[in-house]
Amino acid sequence: MSDSIALIDCGIGNINSVKNMLQKAGVRNVQISTSEKDIAEADKLILPGVGSFDYGMSKLKEYQWIEVLNDKVLKQKTPILGICLGAQLLTKSSEEGVLPGLGWIDAHTKRFKFERDNELKIPHMGWNEVIQAKKSKLLENMDEEARFYFIHSYHIVCNDPADELLKAVHGYEITAAVEHENVVGVQFHPEKSHKFGLKLLHNFVHNF
Amino acid sequence: MLTKRIIPCLDVKDGKTVKGVNFENLRDAGDPVELGALYSQQGADELVFLDITATLEKRGTLVELVRKVAANINIPFTIGGGISSIEDVSACLNAGADKVSINSSAVKNPALIDSLAREFGSQCIVVAIDTRNNQGIDLVHTHGGTKATAIQTIPWAIEVQERGAGEILLTSMDHDGTKAGFANVLTSSISHRLQIPIIASGGAGNMQHFVDVFTQGAADAALAASIFHFKEIEIPTLKHWLADQGVSVRTN
Repeated sequence: MSDSIALIDCGIGNINSVKNMLQKAGVRNVQISTSEKDIAEADKLILPGVGSFDYGMSKLKEYQWIEVLNDKVLKQKTPILGICLGAQLLTKSSEEGVLPGLGWIDAHTKRFKFERDNELKIPHMGWNEVIQAKKSKLLENMDEEARFYFIHSYHIVCNDPADELLKAVHGYEITAAVEHENVVGVQFHPEKSHKFGLKLLHNFVHNF
Repeated sequence: MLTKRIIPCLDVKDGKTVKGVNFENLRDAGDPVELGALYSQQGADELVFLDITATLEKRGTLVELVRKVAANINIPFTIGGGISSIEDVSACLNAGADKVSINSSAVKNPALIDSLAREFGSQCIVVAIDTRNNQGIDLVHTHGGTKATAIQTIPWAIEVQERGAGEILLTSMDHDGTKAGFANVLTSSISHRLQIPIIASGGAGNMQHFVDVFTQGAADAALAASIFHFKEIEIPTLKHWLADQGVSVRTN
């Protein structure tokens, strides 16, 4: 495996946990991207993220990486995996903020809303099972009983159901992962999801 | 459906676990990272590391511990113990912690919760509350539960949620160490009033206690230390038993 994987580091994600997990998945060439050049040269991109939507977008803007990312993802069709906030940033907007998202997935990000207050906990925090909505190379040989670690108060709502890859239930059915051509996003944290997360990252690295 | 979480807690002093642990299959039972990795392998859902080192170079030892844990363990973990500033939290998160837990420093300066939640997001801010019943009133205690405050526990729990905490770690000092069960009544009344998840701690003695705290206590997670360290209850056995009792847990 000689592909170079770039972890997009603009101070919004737990980069080292993802890096550790990728190394466990047998990836030798993990670059932590701190420059436009790193991103431009990468074979695959990972956008981890925690924190608020506007914070994430403003950091990408501050680093002036949006243009190079658009070029990589939309023109060169470089595979990209967004994690948690990184997945939400792939959408067009979020109820959490006012800035536009990257918009590579035709979707919006909304806050959990339950009919009765305190009906269920927010954040949706802990291990949950997922329901596969379509076939994907990302889920190859994945244990059917796989569980992933979630921690989020907002979730993705797809305009095109064909983009939905995984669903999870917390009060109601939410989108847990999206996939549109070369753009993939997971709401949960594969880097914290033990053997299941390891498998998913392995699949992203080797199958895309 | 979201599963109930089982969280072993490791007390660490100067880089070593305190409280005698007895695991013959570990090279170094005093190594928090190795013990944490074992728990992770056995099916622990998260880990909590409490650093009780009391030195001037506190932050250095804390960060060193976080770095080692993050490099070796692939489930979420929380770090706590003497964290009192934005700089402390920033250092721990940058070193790879998923969440930080604050306790006395939040009681002393409640606005700290607001500023941490604003800076890092609620999802990584756990507020630990040590509570003890004093003549019928539940009061918040600090300094490892030794110092009583005049703050009532339930209003304080509501306040920490409003200030932006993402989770509460509730330890009942009346139950801690008794092995007679968790503080189910108090845990339940807090859990039903709040929207954020509650980790119950203190009092675990047998497997039924875990069922009780998840059903009667309405806890989202249960934390214990010595019963796991002394192998009085092993995590795989506990989780299968919970599943048999109808409690939703991750058993794989």
